[in-house]
Amino acid sequence: MVSLPSPIVVDPMRPRPFRVARVMRETADVVTLELEAQTGPPLRFQPGQFTMLYVFGVGEVPISISGDPQKPERLVHTIRKVGAVTEALCNLRKGAVVGVRGPFGSHWPLEQARGHDVVMVAGGIGLPPLRPAIYHLLHHRQDYGRVYLLYGARTPRDLLFPEELKRWQYTLSHAPGATPVRVTVDRAEGDWDGAVGLVTSLIAPLTIDPSRTTALMVGPEVMMRFTIAELRKRGIPEENLYLSMERNMKCAVGFCGHCQLGPHFVCRDGPVLAFPQVRDWMTRKEV
Amino acid sequence: MSKAGLEHYLNEHPFFRGLRPKDLAWLAELAEPLECEVGDYLYREGEESRDFYLIQEGLVRLEIHAPGQGDLVIQTVGPGDVLGWSVMIPETRKTFSARIFQATRLLAFDAASVRARAEQDHHFGYELCKRFSRVIGERLQATRLRLLDLYGQPS
Ligand SMILES: Cc1cc2nc3c(=O)[nH]c(=O)nc-3n(C[C@H](O)[C@H](O)[C@H](O)COP(=O)(O)OP(=O)(O)OC[C@H]3O[C@@H](n4cnc5c(N)ncnc54)[C@H](O)[C@@H]3O)c2cc1C
Repeated sequence: MVSLPSPIVVDPMRPRPFRVARVMRETADVVTLELEAQTGPPLRFQPGQFTMLYVFGVGEVPISISGDPQKPERLVHTIRKVGAVTEALCNLRKGAVVGVRGPFGSHWPLEQARGHDVVMVAGGIGLPPLRPAIYHLLHHRQDYGRVYLLYGARTPRDLLFPEELKRWQYTLSHAPGATPVRVTVDRAEGDWDGAVGLVTSLIAPLTIDPSRTTALMVGPEVMMRFTIAELRKRGIPEENLYLSMERNMKCAVGFCGHCQLGPHFVCRDGPVLAFPQVRDWMTRKEV
Repeated sequence: MSKAGLEHYLNEHPFFRGLRPKDLAWLAELAEPLECEVGDYLYREGEESRDFYLIQEGLVRLEIHAPGQGDLVIQTVGPGDVLGWSVMIPETRKTFSARIFQATRLLAFDAASVRARAEQDHHFGYELCKRFSRVIGERLQATRLRLLDLYGQPS
């Protein structure tokens, strides 16, 4: 599915120690950690890949890399507090040490998308796994057609990376006056001056060349199902629709079967999968 | 835009696409282009439904007033959206206000004329009902999905 070689993982089961170099509180329950390798080379990765982050004495969880692939010396993750391990990660202070395995998994098909319009759709904590792809598009802007980032969050207070969103409005643009970044919230609050409604409502007005468009999406699976339906209505071929399936996983190397989705192990074959690979499995229960 | 241009524009729009040429011509004749400024109301809560609208450019907020809380925003509608499905039901009153939030260009269609034509020509009426049903279905689906609070904390 993807043509770029994945970086070699020496011992995929053994965590490497990384030190927390910077902690950024993004929202009430989301934190970005910048990590530096304590020994050995920085960890090179492809946009869309994830690592297993190990908080000693608490546990290990898969987290997508949210940083710039051209700046691997800082390994960046954006984490939402939902349970024991993510809470421990969000409470880490500068100087703390965590274990890192990876990078693992498939990546966004940015090579195949060259020359195409690119539509990225993120819901909630789905923006961080797309951010490395955004950086890639910015570094190689001339290789792509129109680029759109559609982002849905719960409330304006839950929006991640607000300053970058403003910058991307200009830097991702393909023409003066274009609005490549389109944001909507489920519930307006305060002085919110943007759209209110589902992220899927942002798809119909886009100016795209459907047969030459690649769509990348991350978010709750229900959101992605409806996003796919809207993108199909616009005439984008199924094989150009890619999702990051963030089903929970344990081993990250295709041993344990915890993240199985039909014939696929999300950790080994995913998290980035083309829609035809998962179409028959997305709506089934417990597969 | 000329009448012929407007007919073509309507036929390109998913809501009107596929209507008979004579219906498109009639709708193009009926359409009233409007330009609204920020803060203008297209309609207010409690008013009778007079028109339905095709938004061409801009952003419109659907709001409801809650005493003590001010105007709560239910949803926004923007370019390409059709607003005002309740016109198909005679004597309905608006349950929300529609306030212009970004300078908006739109086409307004007089509800009484549309209903009268639908009564006389059931083919036209049925085609319109199908199209408004789709709009209602999409709104209902969006509302249900928002009720799920998909981005909320997992329980
Ligand atoms: C490939 C991949 C990439 C991911 N990237 C990120 C990321 O960039 N940032 C981030 O914050 N999280 C990400 N996640 C999700 C993260 O791994 C989980 O939130 C974490 O494992 C929860 O562990 P916990 O011990 O904190 O909570 P737990 O106690 O394990 O779970 C707390 C609650 O969260 C639910 N939950 C746990 N995992 C998931 C999941 N994967 N999807 C939906 N609900 C879940 C549980 O059902 C439970 O209700 C990713 C997951 C995968 C598989």
